[in-house]
Amino acid sequence: MSAATEKRSTKLRVLIYVFAIFWLIISAFPFIWTLWGSFKVELDFFSIADWTFALTGERTTAEYGRAFTAAGYEGAWVKEEFWRNVINTFIICFFVVCTSLTIGTLGGYALSRSGYRYTFILLITALIFRAMPPITLVSGYMLPFFEWNVWGKIPTTVIVLVAINQPFTLWMLHSFFQNIPKELDESAKVDGCSQFQAFRNVIIPVMWPGVITTGLFSFLLAYNDFAVTSMLLSEENRTMMPKVAAFLGTTYTEGNVMFAVAAVVSAAAPLFILVMLFQRQIVSGLTAGAVKG
Amino acid sequence: MLLFIALPLISVVLQSIYAPHPAVLVEVETCTPLVGCTTETAIDQEATADLRAAKPLGRFVGLEIFKDRGHLALLEVKEIWGATSSFEEFFSRLTNLPFYRAMYFTLTFTFIVTPLVVLVGFLVALNVNALYQKLRGFVVFLSLLPFVINPLIGSLVLFWMIDSRGILGTSIQWIFSDPNLSLKASTGLMWIALIVYGVWHAAPFAFVIFYAGLQTLPEDQIEAAQIDGASRIQQVWYVVLPHLMPLVAFVALIQLMDNFRVFEPIIGFNASAHATSLSWFIFNDLGGETRQLSSASATSVLTILGVTILLLPVLRRTWKDFREKK
Repeated sequence: MSAATEKRSTKLRVLIYVFAIFWLIISAFPFIWTLWGSFKVELDFFSIADWTFALTGERTTAEYGRAFTAAGYEGAWVKEEFWRNVINTFIICFFVVCTSLTIGTLGGYALSRSGYRYTFILLITALIFRAMPPITLVSGYMLPFFEWNVWGKIPTTVIVLVAINQPFTLWMLHSFFQNIPKELDESAKVDGCSQFQAFRNVIIPVMWPGVITTGLFSFLLAYNDFAVTSMLLSEENRTMMPKVAAFLGTTYTEGNVMFAVAAVVSAAAPLFILVMLFQRQIVSGLTAGAVKG
Repeated sequence: MLLFIALPLISVVLQSIYAPHPAVLVEVETCTPLVGCTTETAIDQEATADLRAAKPLGRFVGLEIFKDRGHLALLEVKEIWGATSSFEEFFSRLTNLPFYRAMYFTLTFTFIVTPLVVLVGFLVALNVNALYQKLRGFVVFLSLLPFVINPLIGSLVLFWMIDSRGILGTSIQWIFSDPNLSLKASTGLMWIALIVYGVWHAAPFAFVIFYAGLQTLPEDQIEAAQIDGASRIQQVWYVVLPHLMPLVAFVALIQLMDNFRVFEPIIGFNASAHATSLSWFIFNDLGGETRQLSSASATSVLTILGVTILLLPVLRRTWKDFREKK
């Protein structure tokens, strides 16, 4: 593109940068604003009198003596026991990622080495599952779960999340495995490895980037899920997302919107760090699906 | 794995054709001396429990639930069809029925947001590709945020800003100099806000895909076009766009599926009074005190049918491609 870049006029250059800055403001400003506002009192966050109060924290100073206050966080984490939901979320995410990666790597490897026939079926199931709102399946799970008395427990939800996620995980790992030449495991077998040893010692080290990317996406699914977790978990086992939704119901009436704001910021923070650390993997995962599909 | 996919599907379909048992009623005659006898109708708890235990699925009702007022509402539709003369009147009365209202919003949302997302994503990708190399990574990082973050959280963040007391809401009031302009009160504004949110949430996804596609653009084609005297717009239209066409199709497909199941923003925006979607409908049925499983299942079945119809052309094309490859 170097030839094209040289020919750009200054006018176009300015236009490009203006548009880029505009786009950055659109995508990032809401988060910065909410983060800033979460340390204020409600009257500053929703400032009717003067919008600059939201920046300077006029009322917050009047109430607490400083322009920043952690009252919202304290209310959410201590009074409403948000930390329980955080722990639940991480338990569920951990087990969902582990289970789906174990099944996914073994299954994806087997499928990619067993010939051509499964590819289409796998693709179609992954596609249909991507298309179906998970909530349509939830009502199917609910009655049997009530009957067996396993509703509301964390392991049940983990299984459901893994099941919903699995076709996608399998599909993604399958396409990663197909990029690894068959000669690699053949030569390992010639050197005296069994099939499983070849998989463990030769394929898995090569596969790490693919496994990490797929793991990231299962993590995001489990972390972000709202429909399944809010329907299948009982009150004390709730994850963050249903809790945030529950905040909305109670806090609007109690006038404690700041609890919800603080909870939202706390729930978004891990994702922020995740994107920062794994940006490359997320991008490659998104595009891998596009190139293959 | 298949167990967990196939069984719930069967369970959903089964539940949708069964309705909960009605309570068993008994007439109890109580006679007190002097006053006389009175008959009362009471619920026979024991018999009801027995019946429920014997057939936990409920009584078989066939397609009744699909036809009732909460779903396809065949009777009402027929009545409205007969009573109204013009198409617009029919349409406006039809969208008063809960199922059709949800359907109407879901389809509008899907078919407005999807093309917008493709367009915005494409423009941003072209733009970022022209930026200074070292800035690009930073831009990609910031633009991924709205996509990765949970729709519920994302919509809440936006909602608090658009709220009539929030910064954007106040600015809009100031621009139109109408202090009573409020998102919560107006259906049209709420729809616009939801659509804006949808584009904001999904455009980064389209952007990342297109951006990756632009990296594989063959340089000699652009050069050839330049030698032939193509203007910048012509280059984009005749060289870049055809190169990205498969990706456009992919993004459009994913977006169709995602937007069809729009759900979290409605919770986040507290918008159920103005806009409901099919997924929200199911959630509402399941979440209430009564847990109307069969009603939710019926809506689920209808939603799955909707998705299938939406995807049918794609499925057929994939199948054809697959057969040709063989």
